[in-house]
Amino acid sequence: MLEQLSDLYLTYQSTLGYIGINALLALSVYVSLSCGQLALGSAGFAALGAYAGALATMKADLPFPLALLLSALLPALVAVPLGLPVLRLKGVFLAIATIGFGEVVRLGLVNWEYVNGAQGIVAIPQKASIWMISLAVAVTLYVLSRVRGSKWGFALEAIREDEPAARTMGIPSTRYKLAMLVLGAALAGLAGGLEAHFTFMVAPNGFGFSRVVDMLVFAVVGGAQLFWGPVVGAGFLTVLPEVLREVAPLVGIEPGPLRMLVNGLVLLLVILYLPAGLVSLPRRLRERRAAP
Amino acid sequence: MSALLSLRGVERSFGGLRAVDGASFEVEAGTVHGLIGPNGAGKTTLINLVSGLLAPTGGSIHLSGRAIGGLAPPRIAALGVARTFQNIRLFPELTARDNVLVGQHLRRHPSLLARLLLLRSARDEAQAARERAAALLARVGLPGRVDEQARHLSYGEQRRVEIARALASQPSLLLLDEPTAGMNPVEVQGVAALIRQVAAEGHSVLLVEHNVRLVMDVCDRITVLNFGKVIAEGTPAAVAADPAVITAYLGSER
Repeated sequence: MLEQLSDLYLTYQSTLGYIGINALLALSVYVSLSCGQLALGSAGFAALGAYAGALATMKADLPFPLALLLSALLPALVAVPLGLPVLRLKGVFLAIATIGFGEVVRLGLVNWEYVNGAQGIVAIPQKASIWMISLAVAVTLYVLSRVRGSKWGFALEAIREDEPAARTMGIPSTRYKLAMLVLGAALAGLAGGLEAHFTFMVAPNGFGFSRVVDMLVFAVVGGAQLFWGPVVGAGFLTVLPEVLREVAPLVGIEPGPLRMLVNGLVLLLVILYLPAGLVSLPRRLRERRAAP
Repeated sequence: MSALLSLRGVERSFGGLRAVDGASFEVEAGTVHGLIGPNGAGKTTLINLVSGLLAPTGGSIHLSGRAIGGLAPPRIAALGVARTFQNIRLFPELTARDNVLVGQHLRRHPSLLARLLLLRSARDEAQAARERAAALLARVGLPGRVDEQARHLSYGEQRRVEIARALASQPSLLLLDEPTAGMNPVEVQGVAALIRQVAAEGHSVLLVEHNVRLVMDVCDRITVLNFGKVIAEGTPAAVAADPAVITAYLGSER
């Protein structure tokens, strides 16, 4: 029994790692969503973190914890001058401006010879382990759980629901929105640094527009109203392809197309029937049963 | 008595329209000051100017001698101004209590570190804030509705939660924009008593209201606006007898 469990763990440990990394990325989008901001710069921030981390361990021979600190710090610092102008934008305009930032980062890396342009950096030492990734997710969730229901948590909810009204209550909304953008950038950068040292390689095209869409989908499918929703979404949508790989031969469709089909279907069903995400499923079922 | 709020020649135009056109008046500390006028007279615009949601295009606004015209709303709130909205703007997904907790933002000083380390001081601070919020809701007559989501409350209840939320910051100046709109007569009586009580505790109230009876009952002084200009000011009795006011409301006989 124990042996089987350990076999299972060995087979799927990389999946576990990806769940954690994707969870951090989904949380990086979530923290801005928690105060009503659709900021989609996380792919760019993750790229900055991944490259900063990889260069720190490979070129500067820094110890791994220090490299990870750099992975989180660099995007956080970049988020400040980015956020001051773009957070004046609302809704879809903010989304477009931050996607633009991500593309600037990606194209900058593609054209940067020192890091091999589009080919990216390879043979990065594998220093990130499952426990480190899990610890990063656990610490993030703990901090977010303590913010919820606190003075700051209420301020974020108030900004999300009605920003001008929140401002008349003395809540400096710009500062809060900037703080969440910076926190999101740090989380994305940390995830990037972990990913670089987990998959041995980073390339600019791994951090394109579709990547940040993935992060947003994790958050929305899991549930963007509660801090643990994005983690559930990341877990579900990271495991799903593994399951589909097994199922695909049985239904006679190639795993690739089947995965896209099912992903799209899941997103559609969740948005239509569970707007608060998978985490609201138990509550919905209870309501259903309670109703006559 | 010294003026808590003083407006001098305040103007606000929207394109070619002068919604507030050189309004000057003062609100004394600890009084209830009524602001009345026909629809479109510029009353809500004036409240928006004092609370910072709009910046004046001319004139000056002083709070306790300090210029506040054009400051950002959070700054003005921190100087002691709180308000309610004509079109209710509660946070609909939050409970009544949590709405009031948001209103306490300026009065709470918890430590993030204490909260992260699960210290007792953080728990006590949060508990005290929750109890203060419940007490405020009881005071506006909603003791049983504390944990109800704001969007599930009746219109009159929502208005009272807004008043509780505004009082939560312990403002020196409370701006009430039509607090009794949509309330039944009993609820109006309750709000009138509450306003008097709040003023007796030393808060000043600037009250925009269409319910003439309420205004006459609770206000110490009244300013009448028409087309953005002050057309009359004085005690309720004096204003009610002012020919300019009667003309503005009923039209002239010619």
